[in-house]
Amino acid sequence: MKENALSFQLKLKPEDFIPATEEEKQSQVIMRESVSFWKDGMRRLRKNKVAMVSLVVIILVMIFSFIVPMFYPYSYKEQIKGANNLGPMEYSAGEQERIDAGEKVFPHIFGTDKMGRDYAIRVMMGSRISLLVGLIATGIILIIGSIYGSVAAFFGGWVDLIMMRIVDIIYTIPDILLIVLLKFALDDPLTRLATVPGFSWINVVGSNLISIFLVFALLYWVGMARMVRSQILTLKESEYVTAARALGVGNGRIIKKHLLTNCIGTLIVTTTLQIPSSIFTESFLSFLGMGVAVPLPSLGSLASDAINGMGTYPHLLFIPAILISLIILSFNLFGDGLRDAFDPKLKN
Amino acid sequence: MFKYIVKRIVLGIVTIWAVATLTFFLMNMVPGGPFLSEKAISPQATAALEAKYGLDKPMSQRYFTYMTDALKGDFGDSLKQRGRTVTSIITSRFPVSARLGGSCVLVSMILGIPLGCIAALKRGKFADSLISVVATCGIAVPSFVICTVLMYFLGVKLAILPTIGLDSIKHYIMPVAALSFYPTAYIMRLMRSSMLDVLGQDYMRTARAKGLAGGVILFKHALRNAILPVITYVGPMLAYTITGSFVVEKIFVIPGLGGEFIKAINGRDYTMIMGTTIFLATLVIIMNVFVDIAYKIVDPRIKLK
Repeated sequence: MKENALSFQLKLKPEDFIPATEEEKQSQVIMRESVSFWKDGMRRLRKNKVAMVSLVVIILVMIFSFIVPMFYPYSYKEQIKGANNLGPMEYSAGEQERIDAGEKVFPHIFGTDKMGRDYAIRVMMGSRISLLVGLIATGIILIIGSIYGSVAAFFGGWVDLIMMRIVDIIYTIPDILLIVLLKFALDDPLTRLATVPGFSWINVVGSNLISIFLVFALLYWVGMARMVRSQILTLKESEYVTAARALGVGNGRIIKKHLLTNCIGTLIVTTTLQIPSSIFTESFLSFLGMGVAVPLPSLGSLASDAINGMGTYPHLLFIPAILISLIILSFNLFGDGLRDAFDPKLKN
Repeated sequence: MFKYIVKRIVLGIVTIWAVATLTFFLMNMVPGGPFLSEKAISPQATAALEAKYGLDKPMSQRYFTYMTDALKGDFGDSLKQRGRTVTSIITSRFPVSARLGGSCVLVSMILGIPLGCIAALKRGKFADSLISVVATCGIAVPSFVICTVLMYFLGVKLAILPTIGLDSIKHYIMPVAALSFYPTAYIMRLMRSSMLDVLGQDYMRTARAKGLAGGVILFKHALRNAILPVITYVGPMLAYTITGSFVVEKIFVIPGLGGEFIKAINGRDYTMIMGTTIFLATLVIIMNVFVDIAYKIVDPRIKLK
């Protein structure tokens, strides 16, 4: 071919097609392993000392409230005769006799309450209830909120308008009203459901506790839904969504596979921060006498019961109060750590 | 602007109507009634009471009667506190809650905004760490814990502050402190992060480069931009603290609207529940409109549509 000095033709020679040598190949290999989103986030999370300490505290509290009670010699509703209002590490007269006789009696680490129940096990059960409410209610909130928010954002237009109006309405009703009304409304059907064969587990958990889960779930998904909606609104304009639609992928699958998986970082962070706020609300409700039912303790109801005897037995108030603050604090700090690690906007 | 406000008001009225309707049917579907808990009351007397307040009529008819009365501004008589109208109960209880909530909002803004700014300006220094620790703890400790701790040390042990009621300035100290702990901590965090965001902007460097005084830069350039998220938070918070101080009202025995509301819910005082709910919903909506207008004043770039 005649070469034109002004043309932009590629001037290729046969030498250009010789296979590359090993050395040349080596230079093309990417030296560092590519770091995935998760690995990168986890690495940053591990470096965050505050978050790691909070994680350890959370695990310790979980062991304290789920595993230790199994080996504990007292039960949370057992009333020990003559052991009313003992201070920490004190023994009742009867127990003192047994100790003098050479028997070993497990000490009341936090003392006992006015009904003669060991306080340490009550605090453990209380934090178990608080953690359960925090975790399970948040799980339900996550499911409802993410589905609702993503559907509203994905379909947009009228669907979005109506769905978000409903969210606004739920937001405007005072939550205490909804909580109390829903609790009363759910109590009857739940106790009736418990008699149906196959649903007897409701009695084991307690219909009261289940209605708290349901009430929280029905009430607090709105915040999650708003969060997810705002994320999906930007994500749905992405090219990969258009590409997926061009390939004939259905709406449900786009939401599930492409949109929700892409805002999973935000979802995890919002969920972690929702847990302490659920625990917070439950303790408020129990404190006001609207939380879990009587023999079951929760940290809020323990604190509430202790208020009247505050002058004489302050430890009964301070132990649950400190524990609940500790739980909320460590979940909050861990959530902050997760956000710092996984939020792409906070990178660098 | 005017068109926007009109639109918001119309939407607000629709929301209030929806809230009222939802509450009405939910409340009536829940088992139990206002006269069931009273002792030694014969079935005839119950029936007579129900007939007097119209509770024997079908639900739909009661709904229309209530709604038309409410439109005329008549929220009915309380079912539990005989002889008092719902309006009179709310107008006597609300000012107490409003004073408490209002002072709480003031305190938390006066403390939270400057402290958040200081933390951002002294980023990484001792003051910043100290403020951040306080703010994190403030978010984690429930208000009933703060109430009881304050009450134990200041009220019982030292006995320097009164523990019950809301009669003098001294009475306000503990409830306001307990109630404003969380919002103060929240505003501090919010202010710190938004201030840090603003301090990194180019116009801040420009302002410094053209030799503006530190005070002018801080107040005119930084603060005005950084305060926007705080405004968003303060509006709903105002409505919430004015009404939502149930716990503090219970512990300090303050005769506010929150305690009255809980009493009404537990006693199924239908008219009282409806009246308070409509009142609270209106308050929240008005606050939100105010926030939007304040937003527009602080940041003229924002277009309301």
